[in-house]
Amino acid sequence: MLRDPRNPGIQPTALSPRPSAPSRRDFLKSAVALSAGLVVAFSIPIGLRRAFAQQAKPPAPVPPNAFVRIAPDNSVTILLKHSEMGQGVGTSLPMVLAEELDCDWSHVRVEHAPADMVYANAAFGMQGTGGSTSTWESFGQLRQAGATARALLIAAAAQKWNVMAIDCRTEKGYVISGAHKASYGELADTAAKLPIPDEVKLKDAKDFVLIGKPVKRLDSKAKVSGTAEFGIDVKRPNMLIAVIARPTVFGAKVKSFDATKAKAVAGVVDVVQVPAGVAVLGKHFWAAKQGRDALAIDWDLGAGAALSTAGLRAEYHQLAQKTGAIAKSAGNVEAALEGAQVIEAEYDLPFLAHAPMEPLNCTVEIGTDGCDIYTGTQFQTVDQKIAAAILGLKPEQVRIHTTFLGGGFGRRATPTSDFVAEAVHVAKVSGKTVKVVWTREDDIHGGYYRPMWLSRLRATLGKDGKPAAWAHTLVGQSIMAGTMMEAMMVKDGVDQTSVEGAADSPYLAAIPAHRVDLHSPKSPVSVLWWRSVGHSHTAFVVESFIDELAGAAKQDPLAYRRELLPKDSRERRALDLAAEKFGWGKPLAKGRAAGMAVHASFGSYVAQIAEVSVDGNAIKVHRVVCAIDCGPVVNPLTVEAQMQSGIVYGLSAALHSELTFKDGRVEQSNFHNYPVLRLAEMPKIEVHIVPSTDKMGGCGEPGTPPIAPAVANAVFAATGKRLRSLPLRLA
Amino acid sequence: MKLEVNGKQHEVDVPADMPLLWVLRDVIGLTGTKFGCGMAQCGACTVQVDGAAIRSCITPASAMAGKKITTIEGLSADVTHPVQRAWIEADVVQCGYCQSGQVMAAAALLAQKPKPTDAEIDTAMSGNICRCGTYQRIRTAVHRASELMAAAPAKEKSHAA
Repeated sequence: MLRDPRNPGIQPTALSPRPSAPSRRDFLKSAVALSAGLVVAFSIPIGLRRAFAQQAKPPAPVPPNAFVRIAPDNSVTILLKHSEMGQGVGTSLPMVLAEELDCDWSHVRVEHAPADMVYANAAFGMQGTGGSTSTWESFGQLRQAGATARALLIAAAAQKWNVMAIDCRTEKGYVISGAHKASYGELADTAAKLPIPDEVKLKDAKDFVLIGKPVKRLDSKAKVSGTAEFGIDVKRPNMLIAVIARPTVFGAKVKSFDATKAKAVAGVVDVVQVPAGVAVLGKHFWAAKQGRDALAIDWDLGAGAALSTAGLRAEYHQLAQKTGAIAKSAGNVEAALEGAQVIEAEYDLPFLAHAPMEPLNCTVEIGTDGCDIYTGTQFQTVDQKIAAAILGLKPEQVRIHTTFLGGGFGRRATPTSDFVAEAVHVAKVSGKTVKVVWTREDDIHGGYYRPMWLSRLRATLGKDGKPAAWAHTLVGQSIMAGTMMEAMMVKDGVDQTSVEGAADSPYLAAIPAHRVDLHSPKSPVSVLWWRSVGHSHTAFVVESFIDELAGAAKQDPLAYRRELLPKDSRERRALDLAAEKFGWGKPLAKGRAAGMAVHASFGSYVAQIAEVSVDGNAIKVHRVVCAIDCGPVVNPLTVEAQMQSGIVYGLSAALHSELTFKDGRVEQSNFHNYPVLRLAEMPKIEVHIVPSTDKMGGCGEPGTPPIAPAVANAVFAATGKRLRSLPLRLA
Repeated sequence: MKLEVNGKQHEVDVPADMPLLWVLRDVIGLTGTKFGCGMAQCGACTVQVDGAAIRSCITPASAMAGKKITTIEGLSADVTHPVQRAWIEADVVQCGYCQSGQVMAAAALLAQKPKPTDAEIDTAMSGNICRCGTYQRIRTAVHRASELMAAAPAKEKSHAA
């Protein structure tokens, strides 16, 4: 979400400026060299900080032993710098390190890393999980870390047996040389005292035993027995639970409040005002929630009280009639459209809540030497800095303990650290150790939504039926405006995340005159990246409109796309595989129709073909064939799971979910009126992976964008009706 | 009031209208049962009461007197219930937050209908939302659990039905 997937180097960010980014090679080399003296079996990060303190120069960010600890009992603990929120990094990233370490996979344990810049995401310049970056961003780093640890263990064994390192080999957690054999656990202490080698040899891909193989998740047992700890499960000594009354209108402020009734609720301990609203602290959630609901608050509603979806839509429609800030332009579009037969369409998409299954929560314990924060977060560095600023501490005095995340989808990565900051305020003002828990209603009303979008498209076709001119005007709130990322991500009035997937659509190269432009109206509603960010709306618009043009040109949707996409493009490879596996062009069962979409995002290329039927006004999706080219695969089971996951998330938005405003208030509140996909509606999904040695891309998000247009195009094939609004409604 | 949870008696001092979910989580300390919606819409809070799946977020604790409550922690002593084994085998979980509820719902279904059809699975399991979209693997795993149960019926007596 914060970077160009085609340029996965270390990028400067507003948070952490790096004026001269070293090359990847230098980066890894210096990281290894500078970590000399640290120990493989040593506990991080206390030892790390001590070692850093002894260095004259600031250390390079990645000592390999920050990632692995080997204990005398042969257990191998791999530290996870990315947050496990379902996407499977808690299995796939340890696989990468374990591959090079050559340890016994059954001895691998995984822990979330603490907050420390040593665990920075190279794509962000800070510690954070998102943008489908985790695997490609840390692949090289984790291999290097595993190989370095292995080299040290071999060196320790060679020293012990007085043999040459070259005469030693490793196998499943043992170093072996002739008749000698020692476990990693036996060698760890000695290995820890040896100098880190300048260079280590990485495995040849053909020798991989883990990478590329279907490996089952390491967290299954904990997650089917209720023992996996999520943020909401955290318990600290003398902890109270807080539930906060937040404004029901965006931008509203507390004028005054009366806590008499709240304090009368059995189990309520305290009521405090914080910037987010009024917090009620209780012995348990039920008391805190009953207390919160009993508060009498007089709100100054402000201008936000006038907000309505109808009003916004009218405003967006008006804006779309004018050209906005130019995101991409070639040729003279207006001249090409003038006097020609223009195909025109407007698409719109609603505000959406992420609605992760685990409601937001955060536990804060302020001590004499700093502050401990327990939460499922995607943005450790930001949370740490913001909490430190609130408390007047140094960032390193704020210790972030990342738990499992009960879903993230972007919501647990806020530039304002909203759910962490408010909990820190509650703990600070009340002087108590506190866990703030959101209700589902708080979550649905809590903002940080996927913005509402409107797109207006106009095109003309040439004699061959291909588009000769393409004008696309987008209207929607900027996610980056007003955040610390604005300077980097907003160029010439264009938030790159607003137009991703539209301004860089591969179709544009084949269209002589084209223009993509953007209006970024402001509103009191807070907006945020929602799984696949800009692609969550641009794929729907571009892939629907291309389908409309194919229809206008009286051409087959597959043939039309293939003609427009560059011959060797990865989009076309994914599309061809999906079409082959689906059996595109073959007759379908009676009453069934199919539609397709192909879309690149986060460095991966995904094509989906949906088979639907329509009964009255009800749309039923029966089958989805999905093909992905994500480059080299670490764990095919994860890729399959993430495609299924992305499709289901996208289907919820395609068929059901929508937030609307009336008199400044969100009209939905819980899953009864913010419906999401349920098991009975689950189509049969087939996932096919394009064999690829191209650049590695992401998997967490790229499955989401194509499904809405694929289904909408299938509905058109079934009914002749073009649905241009999400969620799709036939009446 | 007295509550029997996973075969153990608990004496708790809570308001009569306090939902069972919060008594389990915040008073007894069994956090495997999850809060997702608070209005029986998502199934994350599913536990079994006398063998039937119920939504603990809307069930007053006071209505549980004399009944046997089974939570995810009590489903098996060592994560060997056929549903748990099938879930692990099918690599179902993602974020995992809804899975306590999914497993408890599936276990209750299989206790009633040892060989459920797809339609019966759809009906029984559609009250449990998974935002990660693990539904396809859940279907596979329910069928697999059915096979495991047929192969080794009631290997051990758990607290669950």
